[in-house]
Amino acid sequence: MSDRGTLNRIIALRHNRAVWPLLALALILIVDGFISPNFFDIRIVEGRLFGNLIDILYRAVPAALIALGMAVVIGTKGIDLSVGSIIAICGAVIAWRIQAGDPHLLILFYALVAGAVCGVWNGFLVAGLGIQPIIATLVLMVAGRGIGLLINLFYGGTNPSFESELLQGLSTGNIWLIPTRLFVALGLFLALWALIRRTALGLFIEAVGGNAAASNLAGVNSRLVTFFAYVICGVMAAAAGVIMTADTHTSDPVSVAMYSELDAILAVVIGGASLAGGRVFLGMTVIGALVIQALTTSILISGLPPEYNLVIKALVVMAVLFLQSDNARSAISRLIPGGSR
Amino acid sequence: MTTSMTASPRVEMLGVSKSFPGVRALDSVDLTLHPGEVHALLGENGAGKSTLIKILTGALECDRGDIRLEGRPVSFRTTGEAQASGISTVYQEVNLIPAMSVTKNLTLERTGGRLGFVSWRRAREQAREKLQRLKLDINIEQSVGSYSVAIQQLVAIARALDDDTKVLVLDEPTASLDAQETETLFGIIRDLKARGIAVVFITHFLDQVYEISDRISVLRNGSLVATKPTSELPPQDLVAMMIGRELGDVEAAFTKSERKAPGAEKVVARNLGKKRMLEPFDLVLRAGEVVGLAGLLGSGRTETAKLIFGAIRHDSGSLSVRGTEIRGNSPRRALDAGIAFCPEDRKTEGLVGELSIRENIVLTMQAKGGWLRRIPHRDQERLADEMIKALAIATPDAEKPVGQLSGGNQQKVVLARALASKPEVLLLDEPTRGIDVGAHAEIIVLIRALCDEGLALLVASSELDEIVAASDRVAVLRDRQKIGELSGEAINHENIIRMIAGGGADHE
Amino acid sequence: MNKKYLPLAATIAVFIGLFLIGGGLYRNFLSTMVLGNILADNAFIIIAALGATFVILSGGIDLSIGSMIGFVGVCMAVLDSMGWHPMVSAGLMILFGIAYGAFQGFVIDFCRIQPFIITLAGLFLLRGACFMVTLDSVPIHHDFVDAYAAAKIPLPGRGVLRSSALVMLASLVLAIVIAHFTRFGTNVYAIGGDKESARLMGVPIRRTTIGVYALGGFYSALAGVVYALYTSSGYPLAGSTLELSAIAAVVLGGTLLTGGVGFVVGTLFGGMILGLISTMIIFQGTLNSAWIMISSGGLLFIFIVLHRFLVGSFNLRGNS
Repeated sequence: MSDRGTLNRIIALRHNRAVWPLLALALILIVDGFISPNFFDIRIVEGRLFGNLIDILYRAVPAALIALGMAVVIGTKGIDLSVGSIIAICGAVIAWRIQAGDPHLLILFYALVAGAVCGVWNGFLVAGLGIQPIIATLVLMVAGRGIGLLINLFYGGTNPSFESELLQGLSTGNIWLIPTRLFVALGLFLALWALIRRTALGLFIEAVGGNAAASNLAGVNSRLVTFFAYVICGVMAAAAGVIMTADTHTSDPVSVAMYSELDAILAVVIGGASLAGGRVFLGMTVIGALVIQALTTSILISGLPPEYNLVIKALVVMAVLFLQSDNARSAISRLIPGGSR
Repeated sequence: MTTSMTASPRVEMLGVSKSFPGVRALDSVDLTLHPGEVHALLGENGAGKSTLIKILTGALECDRGDIRLEGRPVSFRTTGEAQASGISTVYQEVNLIPAMSVTKNLTLERTGGRLGFVSWRRAREQAREKLQRLKLDINIEQSVGSYSVAIQQLVAIARALDDDTKVLVLDEPTASLDAQETETLFGIIRDLKARGIAVVFITHFLDQVYEISDRISVLRNGSLVATKPTSELPPQDLVAMMIGRELGDVEAAFTKSERKAPGAEKVVARNLGKKRMLEPFDLVLRAGEVVGLAGLLGSGRTETAKLIFGAIRHDSGSLSVRGTEIRGNSPRRALDAGIAFCPEDRKTEGLVGELSIRENIVLTMQAKGGWLRRIPHRDQERLADEMIKALAIATPDAEKPVGQLSGGNQQKVVLARALASKPEVLLLDEPTRGIDVGAHAEIIVLIRALCDEGLALLVASSELDEIVAASDRVAVLRDRQKIGELSGEAINHENIIRMIAGGGADHE
Repeated sequence: MNKKYLPLAATIAVFIGLFLIGGGLYRNFLSTMVLGNILADNAFIIIAALGATFVILSGGIDLSIGSMIGFVGVCMAVLDSMGWHPMVSAGLMILFGIAYGAFQGFVIDFCRIQPFIITLAGLFLLRGACFMVTLDSVPIHHDFVDAYAAAKIPLPGRGVLRSSALVMLASLVLAIVIAHFTRFGTNVYAIGGDKESARLMGVPIRRTTIGVYALGGFYSALAGVVYALYTSSGYPLAGSTLELSAIAAVVLGGTLLTGGVGFVVGTLFGGMILGLISTMIIFQGTLNSAWIMISSGGLLFIFIVLHRFLVGSFNLRGNS
């Protein structure tokens, strides 16, 4: 009987939203452990930690940062397709101001401001003009990379690569054996978490995403809240842009962060948030980004050609979407007798 | 009577019952329709009108009961089947595609053609034919959305009518029509009637009922109150049938206590109005006083409350709260000025279903305080627990998503949110809609208690007994217009019903 | 004038305006040669955009277009190297496009998933499939391809209509017939205009949704075929971000992104406007390709705002 009770308690766990993404992450890592016996080894090479686990964390940072901003926007029932373009613009701004000889700390600030300005634009279209988010952010998605190329032209556009101790340090350096970007990501995560959860902004975002009409009647300025969400998303994308741009130390507006909006949306969805809005799960979004990166890494170490990456990612998305759909779930439970809730 | 009642009935619905989870929508209702009669179906929101119509037109299946069409038993599983048998419906929300042309709207999925091709020449002929039936002369190439709602309404009727239409259901067809447009529609209804079609006419305009209908059926709380020939049912009796619900226990629990003289003027509305929605009106709300808003469905009860709250922007008159005029009124300004509002429709306007009870309760307070000054979690919990206790909200804890609560408890959460913002003026729109009798009594007692604490209250309700029991003063509305006020001893069923029915002299 | 013609009129006006401006700025611009080249160079975008027009008219979106174009190309190239006739492999790939589109349509309606997301998965899946087929650019060598490239109909002046342009024009005619002369086409407008009303009016929602995406798949695959024949090669990265150009062409063509309003023929002009912009920027010589993206985005913005206010004046009920 007590076995049964434990079992039921475990079965009841499936309703906890944190369980599935964590389970997925664990599963991927366990499979990796089988494929490659020394998968979990962590060594110290040239004054920093090396190993697959560190590698997953390291590579997941930009995607996680973009996804965190996306989670906020999706919480308002919106979406931001332009994050890749924002990163392109941000990279171009960095290369341009470095060529112009500005202090690098100031350039860091400029990059974030560029992201914020992009967010203001998106927020204006969505909250100000009332255009559907997918359509509104499409404008910057189409034009943004062109703007990046244009900024490259400010200094001739011939040699957009640069060196910056500060920016590259943030992106690829280490502090006490640990990659600096992990500290950056942790800092930004905590800052965003504080902004959302230590102020009432998170409550407002979820209220607006859940029911904008009711929120308005309750006195929440839903337009302003929506606007703000896009600005946050812009700044987070810019932060990811700094790390990505410094990593390659070049501005490549055409191909930088290609499909990053898709990865970000995917991470949010894997993290358990619905695209219908109304909930922001910051921690779970990071888990979602880690799941995606772990998947990519395991494809690499499994010896499968890297080109399988996209296909597997697509199949995972489809499976997740399918399981989230009520119709599909009831169809499945009809197929499996006793498998219904 | 123009119709012979001895003719065999076109439609008989016998003992029709329907339940939804937690609600008994229809309880053994009978409805008979004769060829060539206009049958008015009346009742307040939630009385069961739309459920009955949906069952008749195949959009819903009944749990129990029989439906006979010209004597033969029928059971429709889809609206298409009902339509094929000659029962057509025009819904309240005009169901057309506004961006498509009149022709396309009239012939969508109705026109034949080889291999899935459409012959627009034939479609146009068909469309003209359909419009001809209603003697409607409009440009059929133009998009439906470019016409007035009245024309759209007529196009929807034209679409619904075939040569073999036996029954036509019109669900609130005149809700957004002006007098002349209504007259046009009535001309068409008389025409249909002359052709032997049975017309079911759902409306809340009583004068229209008397102008067009032959018989009247009144539903209340899922039961049929009565079916009577229009000529034998005076307006006052009709209104009493519709809203004269007996509260019994509630009234016993609450006897009109000694009322203190009302306090200071909190809200003064002068000539406040909005075109095509509500005629300008004057209204004063005072501390320690409950003002009831009485009137039938569609008379402007909700609009009055929303205009004061700023959820609808007024385009005439002025509104002042505690002596200062509010310009550019909005919910936020109203809240800052100390007005709180509980909307009628909890699901779409009241609550954020995904969020917890606690989060829903603190939302307004937090909005007033600004996003930077987050109310500490512990204070939120304390407040939520206090409210859950004070209003007796049935829930294991404050973290339960509000969408999972029952109707009565949801209503209490909406009320809790309004009260948490410490308002001086509270506007309640249908505070007891859709909740069980026990919770009903509790809420009325609560309203009086709040009033005794010095709040100024405005209660809009379709329940006459509720208005009579709770109010110190009653504003009566008819056809989107305030027609008068009653106070003190004058507040009783008879006076209110007489005013609504249009027979009585205006008091005050 | 009926308001629904307004976006189309604006599109044609912009097209003529741009063409005249080009004529004023550059010699030899106002010629059938330039026109014929624009038609041929942008044929595959316009063909893909025709499919996207149906999807957008129905109130949906299809992001898998670009990947489909790439996938069709690499498959044709690989099949060519295995000795298949291009016409046979083209037929096979078009069937695949229809089947894949129908699958997407089914999932959208059955699982009630936003079209955006499921076609996004399609974008990943098909692009990944491209890489699985080949990582390199594979040439297509076949007499048929040479004949296809050589075929042309002379226009007055020095211009010619190449095969790609002819296929595109034929596709356009087919699209116009489907959109405006079939029950299916009318139903597409109906569900895009107001899905709930359409349901109550008896429109078969699932069948129409599946049909719309199948048609989208058909046109994307056909665009892939045209692109492969035009470049006589298959390249796994071919068609990247082309879905954006296709959507932009549809919107510039006067179709409302919210669905239900628009004309198929507008998409031709929308695609031509995009083509004109890049041609003008190439004629200019000193301007960077950045301007192509920025001016496309700018025009997109103008049209979206124009549509936004048109929708308001249409008195359409929101369908969200």
